[in-house]
Amino acid sequence: MTTDAERPLLRVRDLKTHFTLKSGSLFGGSKKLLKAVDGVSFDLAAGEVLGIVGESGCGKSTVGRTLTRLEDATGGTAEFDGREMLSLSKAAFRPLRREIQMIFQDPFASLNPRLTIEQTLAEPVRIHGLETTREGIRARIARTLTQVGLDPKVMSRHPHEFSGGQRQRIGIARVMIVEPKLVIADEAVSALDVSIQAQVLNLIKDLQKESGISMLFISHDLGVVRHICDRVAVMYLGRIVETAPKATLFSAPSHPYTRLLLASIPRIRPGRIPAEDRGEPASAAAPPPGCPFHPRCPIATDICRSERPQPVDLGNGQFSACHHAGKQQGEAA
Amino acid sequence: MTQSNPPLLDVRGLSLSVATGDGLMPVVRDMSFSLNASETLGIVGESGCGKSLTSLAIMGLLEGTPVRVTAGEILFQGRDLLTLPPRERRRIMGNEMSMIFQEPMTSLNPVYRIGDQIVETIREHQPMSKSAARTRAVELLRMVRIPDPEGRIDSYPHQLSGGMRQRVMIAMALAGSPRLLIADEPTTALDVTVQAQILKLIADLQSETGMGIILISHDLGVIAETCDRIAVMYRGRVVESAETRDLFATMRHPYTRGLLDSIPEPDEDVDRLPTIPGRVPGLDERVDGCAFNPRCARASAVCREEDPGETAFGGGHAARCHHPLEPDA
Repeated sequence: MTTDAERPLLRVRDLKTHFTLKSGSLFGGSKKLLKAVDGVSFDLAAGEVLGIVGESGCGKSTVGRTLTRLEDATGGTAEFDGREMLSLSKAAFRPLRREIQMIFQDPFASLNPRLTIEQTLAEPVRIHGLETTREGIRARIARTLTQVGLDPKVMSRHPHEFSGGQRQRIGIARVMIVEPKLVIADEAVSALDVSIQAQVLNLIKDLQKESGISMLFISHDLGVVRHICDRVAVMYLGRIVETAPKATLFSAPSHPYTRLLLASIPRIRPGRIPAEDRGEPASAAAPPPGCPFHPRCPIATDICRSERPQPVDLGNGQFSACHHAGKQQGEAA
Repeated sequence: MTQSNPPLLDVRGLSLSVATGDGLMPVVRDMSFSLNASETLGIVGESGCGKSLTSLAIMGLLEGTPVRVTAGEILFQGRDLLTLPPRERRRIMGNEMSMIFQEPMTSLNPVYRIGDQIVETIREHQPMSKSAARTRAVELLRMVRIPDPEGRIDSYPHQLSGGMRQRVMIAMALAGSPRLLIADEPTTALDVTVQAQILKLIADLQSETGMGIILISHDLGVIAETCDRIAVMYRGRVVESAETRDLFATMRHPYTRGLLDSIPEPDEDVDRLPTIPGRVPGLDERVDGCAFNPRCARASAVCREEDPGETAFGGGHAARCHHPLEPDA
C-alpha cells in the first residue's frame, strides 16, 4: 500500500513503558514495577488504520499515550517518518505535536468550558502557525466544522450547548484542523450511545479515507474495530499477542486469547458457542512467567509456563506470539 | 402457562415525571409489562430513555430524587407497591426484591472488609448472630462462585478484581433470597471475558432460585443472549416489546430496526453503518405525535400529530407505530 519506498509512517520496536508503584504499608513498603507496556513492536503504513484491542490493563492506552509523549517510554524506539522520536527532547518533539494528534474518549473533559468553539479551534491553528490572519483562521475553522458535519454557525457557542455526539465532532475538528499525519484515537466512540456512535464512526472513516491519515485506533470493542480498521493488534498484559489483517483476525484467529475474546462477545444473532470460563487476567503488576496468558489458556504446555513466546509468522501478515501457533490448532493439549 | 397466580411483577400504566423549575416533565409514559418467576425481561434503550428510572421506581428508590410517580400501578405478587403502607413496602423491597448496579466499586465501602459488609446486609434482612451471619456470608460467596470464600471474606474491595467485586455485589443482593432481581447494566464496566462469566453466573443463579430478573442494558448483544422477552424504550416509552426470538426475527418499530442496524458487529463487514439521523430530543424539547418522528424515515403527517397507540402482532409482540415494518420476506 505504501508508495513511500516501503517505509512505514510509524515503526515501533520493543516499546516499553514501566511505572513504579508504591505498595505495601505506609512504612517503607516495597516499590513494585508495573510493566504496562513490555516490548511492543509494530509498523503502521501511511494511510493505514491499525486497531489495538484488549481488555482493561492490557496496556493499549499506554501505547497511545507513550507515542504522544504523554508518558515517558522506558525503552524501545518509535520512528515517525524515519525519525526516532522517543529520545527527542520536549522542545525537539514540539514540531511533531501537530503531526501526531490524539482523540480521547471524553471530549467534554478535553474542551475548555469557558471558550467558544471558535476560540477552542483557533488555538492550535495559531500555535502551529497554520494561518496568520483572522480571516484565514475563521475560514479554516468554518471549513473544518463543515468537514465534521457541524454548521459553521456553531462556532460562537460553548461546549455545554452541545450533545455528546456533537462534542466528539468538535474534538475531531480540533484534531483535523491542524492536518495531522497520524491520529491516535483512544476509545473515541466508547462513551456514545449506539445511534450516535454509528454517526461518529462513519465520520471518522470518511475523514480518514479523504485525508489519507494513518490511524491507531485503540478500543475494547471488537465490532467497532472490525468496522474501522485495516489491521488489528491484540494486546494482553503489556504485549501484542497477535497481529493480523482484519479479515484474517476475525475469521481465522490464531492466538488462544484472540479466540477467547471473540468467543466472549454476546451476539445479537444466535449461534455463538459460549466461551469456556477461563478466569480473569493476572494483574499487570504481577504477570505470570513465560506466556502471560498461560494460566487461562486451554492448550498451555510446559514451555508456555517457562518461556516467553516470540511472534510466529503465519503468512499473509498474521503473527501470533504463541508456542503452539501454526501447529494444529487446539490439538496441542 | 395457564395463569391462576398473578405474575411476579405486573407494571401497569406507570408514568414518571421529573420536577423542574418549569413544572413536571414526563420522563416515563404509560409503561406496562409483566414478569413471571424464572423469567428474564430485558429493557434496552439509549441514555435518557427512562430504563433506569423505571427500575428505581419499582425498587422504591425515587425518594430524595426530583422524580415522581404520576400514574400507574406496580403489582408485586398481586399487591400494589405504590399503595402499601411504608413499613410493608420496605419489608418487600428489602427482602423480596433486590438490585445490582453497574459499578460495584462505588456501591462497596472501601474501608470495610467485604465480609463485614455482607454480614451487615444479612443482619438487616433477618436477625441472627454475627457468627451465623458470617457462615451465611461464606455460603453466599460460594454461591456466586468466588474461589476460597473463607479466605476472600476478609478482603477489602480494592483487593478484588472488577469481576470479583461484582460477584460480591450479587452475593449481597442474594442475602434476602429475593424473588425479583433488577440488574442495571451489571456488566457494562467489566471486560468482555469477565462479562461472559457474570452473565452466566446470573443465569445459573436464576435456574437455582427461580428468581425473576429484569436486565437493563444498552447492549443489544447482552440482552439478546440473556433475556426471554425484550422491551425497547425510546424517550420514556416502550416502543416495542416481544419474545426475544420474535423481536430479532421481525422488528416492527423503525427505532428498533435502526438501533440494531447501527451496531457494528464482530461477525460482519459493512462499508458504512446505517445510522439513525439526528439525536434524542432533550426533555425540554417538545415533540408532538410520535416521539421518534423527527428521526424516522417512515414518518408521515399522522406521526407528527398523533402519538401512536399499541398495535399487537400476536404472540405477545407489540409496537407503538403508525407505520410498523412488514416482516422480512
